[in-house]
This record gives sequence, C-alpha cells and structure tokens, in this order.
Amino acid sequence: MHPAFSVIFLTTLIGAGQGLFLAIFTGQSYSAVRLVATQDSTSFYGLGALLALLFLVAGLFASFFHLGRPERAWRAASMWRTSWLSREVIMLPALMGLIFIYSMMHFFGWDTVLFTSKEGTTLQLSLVVGTVAVIATFLLFICTAMIYASIKFLQEWACALTVVNYLLLGTASGFTLATLFANSTAPDLVPLYGSWAIIITAAAFVTRGASLIRNARIKSKSTIQTAIGIRHTHIQQKSMGMQGGSMNTRDFFHHKTAAFMQVIKWTFLVLVFPLPIILLWIGMESNSSGILLGAFISQYLGLIAERWFFFAQANHPQNLYYQTT
Amino acid sequence: MTQLALVIDLNVCVGCHACVTSCKEWNTSGPAGYMTDENPYGKDPTGTFFNRVQTYEIGEFPHTETVHFPKSCLHCEEPPCVPVCPTGASYKREEDGIVLVDYDKCIGCRYCTWACPYGAREIDEDQKVMKKCTLCVDRIYDQSLPEAERKPACVLACPTSARLFGDVQDPESEVSVTIREQGGYQLMPEWGTKPSNHYLPRRKTRMHIHEDELQRADNPLNKEQRGPSAPVDAPTLDDSTSW
Repeated sequence: MHPAFSVIFLTTLIGAGQGLFLAIFTGQSYSAVRLVATQDSTSFYGLGALLALLFLVAGLFASFFHLGRPERAWRAASMWRTSWLSREVIMLPALMGLIFIYSMMHFFGWDTVLFTSKEGTTLQLSLVVGTVAVIATFLLFICTAMIYASIKFLQEWACALTVVNYLLLGTASGFTLATLFANSTAPDLVPLYGSWAIIITAAAFVTRGASLIRNARIKSKSTIQTAIGIRHTHIQQKSMGMQGGSMNTRDFFHHKTAAFMQVIKWTFLVLVFPLPIILLWIGMESNSSGILLGAFISQYLGLIAERWFFFAQANHPQNLYYQTT
Repeated sequence: MTQLALVIDLNVCVGCHACVTSCKEWNTSGPAGYMTDENPYGKDPTGTFFNRVQTYEIGEFPHTETVHFPKSCLHCEEPPCVPVCPTGASYKREEDGIVLVDYDKCIGCRYCTWACPYGAREIDEDQKVMKKCTLCVDRIYDQSLPEAERKPACVLACPTSARLFGDVQDPESEVSVTIREQGGYQLMPEWGTKPSNHYLPRRKTRMHIHEDELQRADNPLNKEQRGPSAPVDAPTLDDSTSW
C-alpha cells in the first residue's frame, strides 16, 4: 500500500495519547490502593489527562487530511454495525469526551468518595470515570487495529498480531511520554512509569518481531493466474489499460526500492525498541528530562517509520493487475 | 432474486477499447456528473474510468498468445467493499444486485478501495468521491430508450459481441446458459467474494483430420480405376456352392 502520512500521524498520535492516559490512570489507581504516593490532582492527573487529550485531538486533526470530503466526516459514524472505521470514528470522540471529563474532574475537584473500605482505601468518582475511559481506550485500540486486520486479502495485516502491536506500541510510547511527564511533575512515579515503559516496549519488540517474521514468510493466496483465470506458469502483462497511471498505480504501491524498505525497517527496529529502552534507563538513573525527552522523540519518530513500513509492506492483490508500473 | 452482471468472452475480445471509451462517454455525460480527466492531452494523462482493457502475454516466445482482458467492477454477490464503508455510501441494491456508491454520502476515505481485491474502484481526484462501474444503472431502466438499447454502454459498443449482459441468477437467461455451457469462471475465487461478472475462457478452434479423411474410402475415382470384373480363371461363387 501507499503509506499516507495523515493515517500514519493519526495512528501514532492517538496511540501515544491513549498510552499516556492509561499511564495517568495507572498512577491514580495504584495510589488508590496505596501502592504509590497520591499526586496533585491539578498538576498531575488533570494536566496529564489533558496532555493525552491533546494527542488525540492532534491525531483527529491529522485524520481529516485523509478524507476527500472532510465536511461530510460526521456521516462516518453511521455504519458502526459493519465497519470498523465507523466504530473508530465513534470511539475516538467518545474517548476524548471521557478523558476531558476525567481531567476536568481533577482540575475543578469535582470528585466525591463513593466508598471507603475498612482499611481506609477509598473509591473515588474519578476512578469510576477513569475506568470507563480505560475500557474506551482499549476499544479504540481494537477498532483502529481492526480497520487493518479485518481486510482478509491484505494478508500482512489480517492477523491478531496487528491488534496486539497497535495496543503495545501505542501503550509503550504513552508510558515513555508519562515517564517524561512525571519526571518534572511527579518524580515519585518515574520508576513506575519508566519500568512499565521498558517492559511494554520489550513486549512490543517481541510481538512486532513476530509479525515481521510472519510477514516475511507469507505466501500470497492470489496469483496472476487466479487474477485473470488463465492457467499458465508464464504470464506477463503488456498493458495496464492506461498510459499515464491511475489511482490503482498510485495508491497501492509505495514506489520505493527494496533497499529503502530495509533501511526503514532497521531504522524503526532501532528507534522504537533498544534506543528508548537505553535512554529510559539512563534517564531514570540520572533524573534527566532531556534524556527522557530523547527517549520519547526516538520512540515516536521510530513509530512513524514503523507505521510507514506497516503500510508499505502490505501487498494488495489488485497490484497483480498493475504489473508494469 | 436478480443479479445483473456482465459475461466477458476473452475468446472474442480483440482489445479495441471501444467498451472503455463508450463507458466514459456515457457516464461522463450522466446525471452523476463528469468523470475527471487530468492532463487529457498532456504528458501523463490520468483520469477516472469505470472500465479498463488490459493486455497479457501468455507463454514464452515463440509459443505465446495475447489475451485482452477487460476489467470493471464485478458486482460481487458478497461485496467486501460494502460493509467496510463507514457512511453507508457504498451499497448493494436488493432489487438487481448492482453495487453502487452514493456520491452525496461518500467522504472519500478510500477504505473501500483497500477492501476490493480487484482494484475496481477509483477515486475521482477532482470531486474527491469514490467512483465505480454502475452497470449503466441510469440507462438499463430508461423507458425512453428502445428496449434493445437498455443495456450498459460497453455491451452495446462491443464490435465483436464479447460482452453479454443479463441476470446470472436466472438459470435460463442467456448469460447463465453461456456461463454453464462455455465454462464461465470468476476472478480470484479464493476470497469468497462471489463475483457476479464472469469471464469465458479462450477456446482454441482446431481441425482434426484423420488419415482416412485424407484417403477417402468412398472416393468414386477408386471405383472407376478398379477392374470391371474378376479374372476369368478365378473360381466363382457358382464353383463352390451348389444350389
């Protein structure tokens, strides 16, 4: 497929935003059971959720550049019964709304204690809202990934690993961002976020690596023989039916060399996984915001390359009909 | 149930592109608006077409043959492009099985093109909506046309009658009989899309001449050259039998 930067930015930005929200909520839920210290509502939970919301808004903004008719985008919510894209279109604003409510509850102290246990731990209203938002976050990850995984003839995508990778890569970048955020606002939580960021990044390395191995061994179900229905081992296309190209020749192929693909692959394999892990480690040891910022930038740039590769690697069967490009 | 479709005979298609140009002519003048052309007379002309004729070479020189292969939307019975559409702009008509795009609802997100394994959909780069073959839905029901002309423009234009149009669900229709009797097949059957359009394979016309056809057994010349009767001294039937 031809990688569209609007979709690359959409998926990487909302992935980081969703991951950051999961991290902020993890901090609050851990503190509710006194595993970590409770942080300031405004400057940490409220601001952190708002930062996550900012990433989601930026992702939504990027997505509009993918549409030919953005003014009709509201219609995209109508076919949620059948279309994963429609489901994503519903889940993204729903999650944005929930995160907005969650952050406002913290900013303005609209919080009450719903339940107090004998040991003195409390269940706050913001935790309930946050839990709903966490469910929405996971649903949004599934919707986003299923847009790709549900197209069965894009064999590189049609796999459960696609969903796992979207979930883990987004969460990894969000926790890396949370480590950076906590370093300046809540130093107590840096070890928590940093170690989770390293664990999730390592897990994502395993699953993304698995999908790379799987895709390298993929055997295409469709061949030129099934495409035109003629049984001969030697079939060569002489004319595509047009001279100057069409959408079919522009939108379904990356038009880059195999060497370029290899460079992108190794770039993201370095930038997304080992480099951020090392930088997170050093950053946590030295409490340096600069190094943690480096970890996030490295991972985010790497994820852009990763997403580019994800799209470019998918070989659409329609390319069988357009071989002389 | 009705499923309108095309049957394309690859044995007859000569690759003249008359179906391509007549399709463009009819549909660019239609009520749904023009079909964009960019640089139509320039270096890299490009534009929206519902139908393309491609050419393939089968085999290796000198044992090759050329196959011209017209390709348009196959109006699948299980169209994968329809359920993925987030707005419902892509739909399959209940009454005749034609897969259509509502150009007023389409947001141009291109998701349906990803979901079509045949590459049958093309975005209109000017109007920014997805377009595809309509089986000339604005023509085949037009009561103001003579009945013989209520067919897709490509079918009417084909000079070799390589394109048939009809209901593939009706077992007695011309298209169904042709598919059944002449080995009509579907493209990429492995994806379960059940394309309604069928293709008829190349069929070699061969003459089989046997030895005895070269040497006619009942050649009258042989009779003329044969001797008028057996030699006189040979035994006759009368010699060996007694009546």
